[in-house]
Amino acid sequence: MNKKLEAVLSKEPSRRVQYSITGAILLILLVASSPALGGANMTSKGFEIGWNILTGIFTPDTSLLFGLGDSGVAYLILQTIAIAFLGTLVGAVIAVPLSFISATNIVPRPVVLVTRFIIMAIRTVPSLVYGLMFIRVTGPGPFAGVMTLAIVSIGMISKLFIETIEDLDTGILESLDAFGSTLFQKIRYGILPQLGSDFISILVYRFDMNLREATILGLVGAGGIGAPMIFALSAYHWHQVGAILIGLFLLVFIVEILSDKLRQKILHG
Amino acid sequence: MKLYDKLFDAEQFTLTNGKTVSQKFTRTPLIILFLLIGIAVSVWVTGFSLTMLVTNIAGFWHIFGSMFPPKLSYFLQVWRPLLMTIQMSFFGSFFGSLLALPFAVLAASNITNNRGINLVVRFILTVVRTIPTLVSALIATYIFGLGTFAGTVAIFLFSFSFVGKQLFEYIETVDMGAYEALTATGANAPRAFVTTVFPQILPTYLSTALFAFEGNVRYAAILGYVGAGGIGMILNEKIGWREFQSVGMILLSIFVAVVIIETVSQQLRKHLS
Repeated sequence: MNKKLEAVLSKEPSRRVQYSITGAILLILLVASSPALGGANMTSKGFEIGWNILTGIFTPDTSLLFGLGDSGVAYLILQTIAIAFLGTLVGAVIAVPLSFISATNIVPRPVVLVTRFIIMAIRTVPSLVYGLMFIRVTGPGPFAGVMTLAIVSIGMISKLFIETIEDLDTGILESLDAFGSTLFQKIRYGILPQLGSDFISILVYRFDMNLREATILGLVGAGGIGAPMIFALSAYHWHQVGAILIGLFLLVFIVEILSDKLRQKILHG
Repeated sequence: MKLYDKLFDAEQFTLTNGKTVSQKFTRTPLIILFLLIGIAVSVWVTGFSLTMLVTNIAGFWHIFGSMFPPKLSYFLQVWRPLLMTIQMSFFGSFFGSLLALPFAVLAASNITNNRGINLVVRFILTVVRTIPTLVSALIATYIFGLGTFAGTVAIFLFSFSFVGKQLFEYIETVDMGAYEALTATGANAPRAFVTTVFPQILPTYLSTALFAFEGNVRYAAILGYVGAGGIGMILNEKIGWREFQSVGMILLSIFVAVVIIETVSQQLRKHLS
């Protein structure tokens, strides 16, 4: 019995060479990346600030946290949600036609290559750069944030839309053709039911991501909860920082749970 | 929903075999109503205005146009911060993923059979994950001072929480038969984990870590905006000085670097699965 086991065990291919090569590559890359640790300048002041932020979170500025005015956390959260919501919608409006002309089963290959390259290029530009560009168009404020998120969302939304469109079951369209359906009927009964739930689920997912994105747009003055946080940080108002961080956490956390639930319901009924 | 169904009667159909079935009144009007309210509130809160967009969009295209052609000679100043960005992402992703493994094991309820530990570790992962990377980078610059280290810390935190969450959800789905068999023969839990569960999760673990690395390279490009090192520093500077041809060159370099890294990493991930 033991001999049998040993025979099986010895048949197992030795991966020692593979493992050591992988390990060596990782080690070389790590050493090569060690300049990333540069610039650490941890002083007792840094420690003190870290401690202050922590105490700020546990003793938040309650008038800010529960305030209902224009500068209260509740209004900032509403604004952030509004930016993410409109941004996702505008992004979807732009992404839908773009994805139809990038799907291989609808347009010829060369067109697809061009449009996909455009989508890829749109995706690479960091959101803050778009934010700074749109501020010149709309002036600082939440409107710039909406447009920024709209453009930033295009990349991912259209990538996922394209996948859904390419999965279309054309058999349904052919059978509708065989019934003698009109073009409108084909779209209404052949295409929309297939795409609808996937599209909505993608949009809900992107809304969730956009919400995170919207929280940082304030850094460039594009509205949302980020801007007051920067001001509070640079003014060393730790209790306000704490209140805003709590608001941020609750916002992202609750929306994530809700969007997960909603997507489950949309996709699986 | 119940109230809605009461307000609008369900439609009754009598089938040919005499049975009656009812179809609830369509929900579409309700959904459209909520959507419209959402849009109206959002437009009001954000001050969205289509006319302003149409009249001022020329400014956007003007900036966009002035990025072309990118100032190629500027690449001599770009490559160093770009490399730094990649180094930050690699370092942060590597150690973040490394630390994620023990935390994922502690969070997985089938390996760590203690509800309290599970919940505490999951809560830590959730808190770290919900703080946006740029915010943690900003806080890190206050604690560790301006520089690449703050950016590395932010990337580390993000990779840790992202890989940790993905991994613990995956660990909970693995086949536990071999693990139970091994513990029945008297192996202790760590030993059984390494020989039975670890080989099952390794491909997913590596592929999640690579995915985090991919995303981090893209994301690290903006960390410089808060002074956390990398290419974002010069990007911010050049936008401020309105040297848009240099901005174009920076964006082009990021684009090329991201495409190369994504292609390599996607090949590796395909190989893993």
